[in-house]
Amino acid sequence: MTDFSRLGVAAIRDGVANGEFKAVEVAEALNTRVAAAKALNAFIVETPEMAVAAAQAVDADRAAGKPLGKMAGVPIGMKDLFCTEGVQTTAASHMLEGFVPTYESTVSANLWKAGAGMLGKLNLDQFAMGSSNETSYFGNVISPWRRNDGDNAALAPGGSSGGSSSAIAARLCPAATGTDTGGSIRQPAAFVGISGIKPTYGRCSRWGVVAFASSLDQAGPMARDVRDCAIMLEAMAGFDPKDSTSLDLPVPAWEAGLNSDLKGKRIGIPREYRLDGIDEDIAKMWDNGIAWLKDAGAEIVDISLPHTKYALPAYYIIAPAEASSNLARYDGVRFGLRDLPEGAGLQDMYAATRAAGFGEEVRRRIMIGTYVLSAGFYDAYYTQAQKVRALIARDFDNAWASCDLILAPTAPSAAFGLGEKNADPLSMYLNDVFAVPASLAGLPAMSVPGGLDKQGLPLGLQIIGKALDEQAVLNAGLAIEQRSGFTAEAGEWW
Amino acid sequence: MSVDKDTVNKIARLSRIAISDAEADKMVGELNGILAWVEQLGEVDVTGVEPMTAVISNKLRLRDDVVTDGDVRDKVLANAPAKEGSFFGVPKVIE
Amino acid sequence: MSEYRIQGNTGEWEVVIGLEVHAQITSESKLFSGSSTGFGAEPNSHVSLVDAAMPGMLPVPNRECLRQAVRTGMAINAQINRWSRFDRKNYFYADLPQGYQISQLYHPIVGEGEIEVTLNEKDPDSPTKKIGIERIHVEQDAGKLMHDQHPTMSFVDLNRSGVALMEIVSRPDISSPQEAGAYLKKLRSILRYVGSCDGNMEQGSMRADVNVSVRKPGGELGTRTETKNVNSIRFMMQAIEYEAQRQVDLIESGGAVVQETRLFDPNKMETRSMRSKEDAHDYRYFPDPDLLPVELDDAFLEECLASLPELPDAKRARYEALGLTAYNAAVLTAEAETAFWFEDLLAEGVDAKQASNWLMSELFGALNKLGKTLDESPVNPKQAAELLGLVADGTISGSIAKQVFEIMLETGQGASAIVEEKGLKQTNDTGAIEAEIAKIMAANEDKVTEYRSGKDKLFGFFVGQTMKAMQGKANPQIINDLLKKALG
Repeated sequence: MTDFSRLGVAAIRDGVANGEFKAVEVAEALNTRVAAAKALNAFIVETPEMAVAAAQAVDADRAAGKPLGKMAGVPIGMKDLFCTEGVQTTAASHMLEGFVPTYESTVSANLWKAGAGMLGKLNLDQFAMGSSNETSYFGNVISPWRRNDGDNAALAPGGSSGGSSSAIAARLCPAATGTDTGGSIRQPAAFVGISGIKPTYGRCSRWGVVAFASSLDQAGPMARDVRDCAIMLEAMAGFDPKDSTSLDLPVPAWEAGLNSDLKGKRIGIPREYRLDGIDEDIAKMWDNGIAWLKDAGAEIVDISLPHTKYALPAYYIIAPAEASSNLARYDGVRFGLRDLPEGAGLQDMYAATRAAGFGEEVRRRIMIGTYVLSAGFYDAYYTQAQKVRALIARDFDNAWASCDLILAPTAPSAAFGLGEKNADPLSMYLNDVFAVPASLAGLPAMSVPGGLDKQGLPLGLQIIGKALDEQAVLNAGLAIEQRSGFTAEAGEWW
Repeated sequence: MSVDKDTVNKIARLSRIAISDAEADKMVGELNGILAWVEQLGEVDVTGVEPMTAVISNKLRLRDDVVTDGDVRDKVLANAPAKEGSFFGVPKVIE
Repeated sequence: MSEYRIQGNTGEWEVVIGLEVHAQITSESKLFSGSSTGFGAEPNSHVSLVDAAMPGMLPVPNRECLRQAVRTGMAINAQINRWSRFDRKNYFYADLPQGYQISQLYHPIVGEGEIEVTLNEKDPDSPTKKIGIERIHVEQDAGKLMHDQHPTMSFVDLNRSGVALMEIVSRPDISSPQEAGAYLKKLRSILRYVGSCDGNMEQGSMRADVNVSVRKPGGELGTRTETKNVNSIRFMMQAIEYEAQRQVDLIESGGAVVQETRLFDPNKMETRSMRSKEDAHDYRYFPDPDLLPVELDDAFLEECLASLPELPDAKRARYEALGLTAYNAAVLTAEAETAFWFEDLLAEGVDAKQASNWLMSELFGALNKLGKTLDESPVNPKQAAELLGLVADGTISGSIAKQVFEIMLETGQGASAIVEEKGLKQTNDTGAIEAEIAKIMAANEDKVTEYRSGKDKLFGFFVGQTMKAMQGKANPQIINDLLKKALG
């Protein structure tokens, strides 16, 4: 009997289409796996009946000879940042506990239209703010991976899409949605040895996705290989008139366009990413990546992105500023938590509700954002950060004169242990140092597994492409995937 | 620029987040740490640089003036913590 | 233009006034959502998920709202900014679902312009003054809070939440309550001409925030107060008078004016501090990251310009060229509805002078008596043109026309039908008139003698007698001619 947990998106889709198995069999098998993996805490809500219902619809369509969608029969996990009609959507915050949207996000609706089904809503860092999935109101997500030193310390699955990464690595689902504001798809993908792509800003509609930082938020797929990412991105992307920043462009046939022959492609290696004291294993993996791309026919060029070191500070002004305003709607009036102390007036109700509803990291970022926008500081912080952001985008534009893609590590280290970086918010922020520049510039960027470190933990290689050139990013990812021989898996300890 | 406890309390008020004295004390250190770090942006020469307005070059689309939405009162009120008939209810505001 | 001074104990004071007028833009749907802007709907029914600021909801701007703001800007010769942007104004209140209002601070869609006002717009000799307009920007309206429906709760209705407003900000060029009134009237008239706002202050489609300060003539500007949401021209003038006097009294008694937000209470005719809104606002404006900059292209701007109607000042000049008195031209152009009525009469072929005289003396008088506005007039321009046509072609006399008009107002019948039914056609039968003249002369031989000996005034007496004998239906010109002949 087929072990459906080992099948990816393409394999399930093709198997269902060819009649090798029924979609319902896949859904049921994965429902069982989800239910048995509670120790990972990857899901906030499980929706087995929805997975089965979607599968039955696909099986019925196939039996009736109707054309099947791009994701027909594929059960997926949905990051709990996407509003799903009739299913609690929390952004992993107490603030939205019990909130049941009366609407469906554009991206999730696109996926259901393509024939995918929902296994459940995936845990994440609260309001997508975090890099380790330790800020969720619904508890930490645990990575299925363990170090090879035998101490069995619980490791972070990365964040903010930590439920997504953990569930895919643990083979609870073949793929899941992620969102990436400053690395939230790529870093967790790297931490658990899977692939994930953040497309060009504007490819995926933000309508119905709980907002963190509007000018940075972008949804994307996470899966176990590059082809699966291409398929799912095709299903998620597309112009949406309800999102003013959505790109009015046709969705390319990325899967059909996959081609790992990189002849004629120039790969830029940004010298500023080779930080002093870079982790030895990371450096080695990066060198391997360079060799693999060369082997695939690409030319390697040295490039400079001079403002790289300012990307993270700029990000930590812009993202909290936008968040402080985006999260003002959580006020206890129309939905979500209301904390009304005895005798409290309206303004007291706001303060009590927001203190009780938002977790510590969310409160911290709202405070930073409020401060940098406040009278007298706006220009020094916010305007300056947006100017630096323009310079960072210009760095990339200049780089494209001499290269077509950029190769860099995804994160500066392998997964860390839960609790190891909690004491100092700054040390956590620094984990996004390689991921944030592409976010600020809105560029497509992908993480693919690049090998294991000395502790036996996965490391990720990041490919950054020109705006709208997801195809080149996916192709380079495929070239690495074919050469890295990455087959390691987490042991099934849960 | 560094913040003191009064500033932290002021920001908390502006943010409508109630904080205890102990939280305010803790926040002084954290915010100062983060602010000191982001202030390295001041080193960057931004002469003649316009702040970024659109991440990816795109044009604002304008909608036609037609009624296509609304009349969904049940959906609008579905998650209200305190619904009073067709209204949202809030603690009485004295103006 | 007017020397408005407040007499204080320490001498004269002048008043410096600036107005921020919020005008609801005429549109079917809201500024950033497809919900209806219709007035008077069930609570929370004209509300979309976007207006209620549900998680993940996003704004998409309405072209018509921007178009109307641009047309308004063009009507006041303002600079139109091809590149503008929406900013968020952040504050917490129960009528503001997003926790911010989408507005324009840094780059408004319309820049500087001006409006010329006359203190008495119907008096052509009244002095004029140009009031500078600093900017017009587009923003969302808030919802509504009701405080009197429940003992411990206020109720929130979001029907108005997200309706488009224009904020029209004047320079502090206004120096008296009368000027402020004239400015607001002129602005309202322009908005109605342009069609960008219905100007209905009672329904709240137009309201003003009034900035007032006082100073010694020519001295340094004083501290200003802002009186919010004044919703009639009369109240605004009263609020200014009260507030200026209050400031003078305060300063002269050794106090200082505090920069604050105030409220006008029309019952007590006074302004008072709005302490509930006092807690130091810091709106943390920044560009709305959900929206891109607004970029207006040539085609858009050309259409805006081409679709602008003739505006009051231009219309007035044209009416004078048609032969109207300056006074009539001013009255007919003061309100768009009046001008449109007048032009409808012209379109039906009525002579301009005849039309303006009839409107001013007959129609306005009649409506006044009925307590009705022009919009509610029982007689429409087509019907009026029929009546005036009968006068013009000599079918009825002017005095008969008055009778016919009264019957029209009462019964709604057409003028020709009334004339026909009541036999009011004037007669041109010279024989019948001559016969009556002969009888009258015979009965008044003494007066005939007096007239012939030079008492010309008596001519009117004979006209009156003849007309009376003819029951008002004789052509007055023919009576004149025949009498002259008969009297010699």
